[in-house]
Amino acid sequence: MEIRTRPIHLDLLRIRLPLPGWVSILHRLSGALLFLAVPLSVGLLAHSLSEAAGFWALIEHSRHPAARLLALALFWAFAFHLFAGMRHLALDAHWGAGLRAARRSGLAVIVASTAVTLAFAVWLLA
Amino acid sequence: MRRGAGAHLGTGAWLAQRATAVALALLLPLLLARVFAALPVDYDGWRALFAPVWVRVALLLTAAVLTLHAWIGLHDILMDYVKPVALRLVLYFAVIAVLAGSAAWLLVALWRLG
Repeated sequence: MEIRTRPIHLDLLRIRLPLPGWVSILHRLSGALLFLAVPLSVGLLAHSLSEAAGFWALIEHSRHPAARLLALALFWAFAFHLFAGMRHLALDAHWGAGLRAARRSGLAVIVASTAVTLAFAVWLLA
Repeated sequence: MRRGAGAHLGTGAWLAQRATAVALALLLPLLLARVFAALPVDYDGWRALFAPVWVRVALLLTAAVLTLHAWIGLHDILMDYVKPVALRLVLYFAVIAVLAGSAAWLLVALWRLG
């Protein structure tokens, strides 16, 4: 009866994704987030350039905590996507593709993107 | 030689995704750094930042590269996770509409500057 207990469906809560797996899925998630940021960024830029009133209204709204949180999230997405993408290009060239090296570079992506996001947060609040 | 099998089609997208990635990794940090370095600005300073023709050309070039990169990336994601064909096609169309609309909006906004 051993065969009956074998997992047939993927139980996402029981799968322990290794660190490079997290980097991979977060690369996709940050990319999707950045896609949503495209129309938002273009809209804000167009609005800010069109007339002085729109520009100053935007400056005013940028002080709102929700706006800062959004800016922080998008900055993290950009930084993570950039660093993970550089790692991906290196792996394409078979550079650092070994298990240990890939784990270490995956950790480096997480650490570096977190560090620059924290730096941005400090700049944002200063 | 068999033609039209389509097995090679992914290779072009794969390569384009890498080429556009390299271009964006160089262009976007430069553009963002230029904006951040100019802060804080008033309205006239903000317009002056985007007024030079080379800035507008660089922005539109970046937008074109970004559009291709985003389309390939979203296409990959939707292909992997959205199984019903009709829904996937609708989402493909939505992605293209958002990207094309954004590019057109940017073009108009920059056009009106000069």
